[in-house]
Amino acid sequence: MGEVLIKVRNLSFYYGENRVLKDINMDVFKNTVTALIGPSGCGKTTFLRCFNRMHDLYKGNRYEGEIIYNGENILKTQDLIRLRSKIGMVFQRPTPFPMSIFDNVAYGLKLKGIKKKSEIEVIVERSLMEAALWDEVKDKLNSPATSLSGGQQQRLVIARTLAIEPDIILFDEPTSALDPIATAKIEELITHLKDITTVLIVTHNMQQAARISEYTAFMYRGELIEFDKTENIFTNPKEELTEKYITGRFG
Amino acid sequence: MKERFYVKEGLFKSLSFASALIIVLICIAMFVVLFVFSYPAIKQFGVVHFILSDAWNPVRKVFGGAGAIYGTIVTTVLSLIFAVPVSLGIAVFITQICPHSLKRYFSNAIELLASIPSIIYGMWGLFTLAPLMRNYIEPFLQKIFLPIPVVRCLFEGTPLGIDLLTSGLVLSIMIIPFISSIARDTFELVPKELKESAYAMGATKWEMIKDVIFPYSKIGVLSGIIIATGRALGETMAVAFVLGNDHNIHLSLLKSSTTISVTLANEFTEADFSLYLSSLFYLAFILFIMSFTALGLAKFLLKRMKR
Amino acid sequence: MNLVKKRKIKNAIALSASVFAAIVGLFWLVFILSSVLIKGASSINLSLFLNDPVPPGIPGGGLRCAFVGQAIITLIATLVGVPIGVLGGTFLAEYGRYKKYSGIISSLADMMTSFPSIVVGVFVYTVMVRPMGHFNGYAGAVALAIIMIPIIVRTTEETLKLIPWELREAAFALGAPYYRVIKDIVFRGAATGLFTGILLSVARVAVETAPLLFTSFNNSFLTLNPNQPMPSLTVTIYQYAMGPYEAWHRLAWGASFVIVLFVLVMSVFGRWIISKRYKNG
Repeated sequence: MGEVLIKVRNLSFYYGENRVLKDINMDVFKNTVTALIGPSGCGKTTFLRCFNRMHDLYKGNRYEGEIIYNGENILKTQDLIRLRSKIGMVFQRPTPFPMSIFDNVAYGLKLKGIKKKSEIEVIVERSLMEAALWDEVKDKLNSPATSLSGGQQQRLVIARTLAIEPDIILFDEPTSALDPIATAKIEELITHLKDITTVLIVTHNMQQAARISEYTAFMYRGELIEFDKTENIFTNPKEELTEKYITGRFG
Repeated sequence: MKERFYVKEGLFKSLSFASALIIVLICIAMFVVLFVFSYPAIKQFGVVHFILSDAWNPVRKVFGGAGAIYGTIVTTVLSLIFAVPVSLGIAVFITQICPHSLKRYFSNAIELLASIPSIIYGMWGLFTLAPLMRNYIEPFLQKIFLPIPVVRCLFEGTPLGIDLLTSGLVLSIMIIPFISSIARDTFELVPKELKESAYAMGATKWEMIKDVIFPYSKIGVLSGIIIATGRALGETMAVAFVLGNDHNIHLSLLKSSTTISVTLANEFTEADFSLYLSSLFYLAFILFIMSFTALGLAKFLLKRMKR
Repeated sequence: MNLVKKRKIKNAIALSASVFAAIVGLFWLVFILSSVLIKGASSINLSLFLNDPVPPGIPGGGLRCAFVGQAIITLIATLVGVPIGVLGGTFLAEYGRYKKYSGIISSLADMMTSFPSIVVGVFVYTVMVRPMGHFNGYAGAVALAIIMIPIIVRTTEETLKLIPWELREAAFALGAPYYRVIKDIVFRGAATGLFTGILLSVARVAVETAPLLFTSFNNSFLTLNPNQPMPSLTVTIYQYAMGPYEAWHRLAWGASFVIVLFVLVMSVFGRWIISKRYKNG
């Protein structure tokens, strides 16, 4: 096994009085793709959103336990801005900001205070290449981002996230709003991403998890039932519940 | 039995159709009446000349609309300068900062500003605000701005409290609820995921507002501002109390002036010969066109946004 | 200073500015309401409601005639404006629902709600006061009705469109003609909303001043005959406030107090009905 990037220890999460994540323990390995699967409502998205403290935007949420990253507990850190600039996130539906393609990718750099135009241009080009979008947009970098197709928008959002060189990117069902062709492109892209960063992806599609991930975590009713190499989960699960789920007997 | 149904049905349908048609008829009738009655003045003074001349002299029987048009535009622009930042701030406060439990009460309070009748704004402006402006605020502004070379001409003259500045301020209070409620509604339309994704990039709340919410809702906000402009252009009573009635054009904001609607309110019943009356109709016609253009533009933008 | 700190400070400044704007908005509201209510309260006495104006210099006097005139003008305006407005709105929401010209009429009505009311006054002066030869209460009422119609058309249209279409289909399926469906299903379902909307629209129009200046004009005698110039609270306030006498100013404040109280009560009442309706389902 490789180097551990993030350690999750005894994580519980509450919406008000409601305990929706129960005592989760898991490691995320560096430069791998880890998939979170489970029936809807099992808490996989809630779990994902703990890593960049997205729940802090809303009232009445509470964390317990630890998520250790760089020797620090994410759940206790005061500096959310710095945390979120190291942990990227891509959402279900594409979220291009209301600005040009170029400005979208450059957005994180501007937040970081990088002002030199030549430097920004280099990073924007590199990020768009890494997101496999450069060839399609290089001639219209100043067009509004909303003029792109859904799949292109999603890759733009990935490029925007890559530009700030995050240690990990959280994907929340990134292909659920896309057609099969666009989905295939994104999947291929994600498998390449592990060379430059780490990926944690929530997916409702088991085949997708099998295709793109090295590790898979199966969640059920707020608990982490099983976490292992993807091939083990899909060929030789240790838990009965996991087997039932991947053979399609519920979910 | 069936027969009677058909008769009643037809009757109800045509009656309701006629009622809806009345809206159109009123608009057309207003346009025609204003045009016909202002025609003598249009013929006498022309279009460009009437708009550019500030000679408003019933004794010599010369009329030019520039003074009133100037006052209308200056008070409107002033009110926008005061109201737009405050309204946007209010909308940001309601949608992004205010605790959920207070949101409704605060929105209602701001909307109450819109239901206060303009005559009350006028009363309050004349008896409460104008003395404050005259005794404290305007002398203070003069102390600051009179030493500055070019800006000084905006603040010259004896502070009276009855002037363009006070009128602009009163108008701004009246239009705050219009701009802020439309801005609030369009801010609420920004998808949650878009806001979250700005935060996920490490943006602060303000950066999220500035880079996502504002650009996303600019058309909606713009149309709100234009509707407010339409309102400010035609407002009568609130301004009539605190503007005086002076057809001369002064650069200073601390001087009396007049607007089209104030001129109408003050002089319409006193116009004792037909060219005078016709010139007033001419002013009303210009106001009609100005508001119609502004409101139509806002409507057009809103329709385009919805699509 | 490091950049993140700078950004956080900028954030704090911008958000404080927004809170400040909110305080400014509230400040104006409280400032206006309190000064009218405080100054007006001292002018409130029975004589304000029971006596007619007296010549300047003579103590006492009230605004009875203005209250009565206001009531009569508002009543006639309501009788003219509400039926036309409701029928027009019904057409836009029902028979003309998907017609292109309904959209145009609806937009036009929407624009008219923000239209300069003084221009309406000028218009009614031309088509009613001039031909009749004198200012009169009917003209004032018509001017108010013209302002009222587009507001009520829009309110009605919006309210009726909230009634689910399936409900109408269910009634059509029973073989009911459209006018019965509207009367028995749509109007009944929308009754509270319609009533509140109409009430608030009428209240809003009733306190307009500008359209009455050249139509009902003003006088200082009690009259029940709308064919004569008719006093109204708002025009009286304008005249008295601009006048030179301290006693007139006091009466104007008293009348302002009554109007502000009326507006407050109406707005609270309207919200109360709406919140009650939502609670009941």
